[in-house]
Amino acid sequence: MEMKKIVKQDVQKVLTGFENTPVYLHVEITSGMYASHLDDNVFNAGTFLRNIQVEFIHATIRGGNRSKEHRVGLKLDNGGWVYVLGLTHYIEGENGEFIMHGFNAEGKLASALEISTQPFFK
Amino acid sequence: MDFSQENHVLVVFPHPDDEAFGVSGTIMKYREKKVPVTYACLTFGDMGRNLGYPPFATRESLHSIRKAEVEESARIMGIDDLRLLGFRDKTLEFEEHGKLKGVITDLIEELQPTRIITFYPGYSVHPDHEATADAVIESLADMPKDKRPALQLVAFDNRTFDDLGEPDIVIDIDGFTDRKLDVMAAHRSQTGKLLEDLAADTQQGDDARNRWMRYENFYSYEID
Ligand SMILES: [Zn+2]
Repeated sequence: MEMKKIVKQDVQKVLTGFENTPVYLHVEITSGMYASHLDDNVFNAGTFLRNIQVEFIHATIRGGNRSKEHRVGLKLDNGGWVYVLGLTHYIEGENGEFIMHGFNAEGKLASALEISTQPFFK
Repeated sequence: MDFSQENHVLVVFPHPDDEAFGVSGTIMKYREKKVPVTYACLTFGDMGRNLGYPPFATRESLHSIRKAEVEESARIMGIDDLRLLGFRDKTLEFEEHGKLKGVITDLIEELQPTRIITFYPGYSVHPDHEATADAVIESLADMPKDKRPALQLVAFDNRTFDDLGEPDIVIDIDGFTDRKLDVMAAHRSQTGKLLEDLAADTQQGDDARNRWMRYENFYSYEID
């Protein structure tokens, strides 16, 4: 099973399906640990958050028209937000988890947003 | 270097594939002399950025893919004692202080290795590599000097040659390069591009073959 390029309507449907349900998130932005080893001029920033429990009341996917990358915003039930820029591919995993990834021009993972009703592997 | 002289070699790295590029030829030379080799791999490399292109893996499936890859790599190298410790990729430096050191100390007490191959502290670039090196050094520092296994360390920071000079342990892997290629190929989720370079009849191909397929370079290390 291969990841598919994002088709907005399809992804929107899946995102909406997780609204108003307690879910676990994996959120990640990365340039890799070798970014500044390979290029001195790179300032390396990144993040990952794993098994973060939230509930969102409204999920929207945007972008992908003039830009290659999509954006997803999750509006949380407590007024908070989750925002990820740079998503290109998606797949519905074997355990019901919804996986969105963004791959850069070299095909390396640059971003991820994953949503699941079950905790992710620890 | 007499490869048959060791009683037991312990290889400690944080990521499946850390053993492939700079060390697998050396490991096979020990196995050829029937020296037991234990490979302790601390994480599953499950935060890697190479998922195939078009992507055949995801952040979630990478765990089992890389587990299978390192098991295949160990099989090719003739290692029958592979320990997968199950820490999460990228998080080693954030574990409670002493936890990793305890894992290493337990391994040393169990296996009584005469030589340990791991990364060189301060010169191994990735924070997981540094945390692994630090844990090994801390563990050995607690042992009486005459009981400590010898250290054989991998360094590849850009400052390595300036600061440490030429490597003092240089292993000629002539005769093992075909199997070393197989080891690299076993890590196919991570090594696609490098394998293309190694096979290519280009300057890049020459550079890659010279770098990986003739000698494996290490530094010895003394703890005060
Ligand atoms: Zn590594």
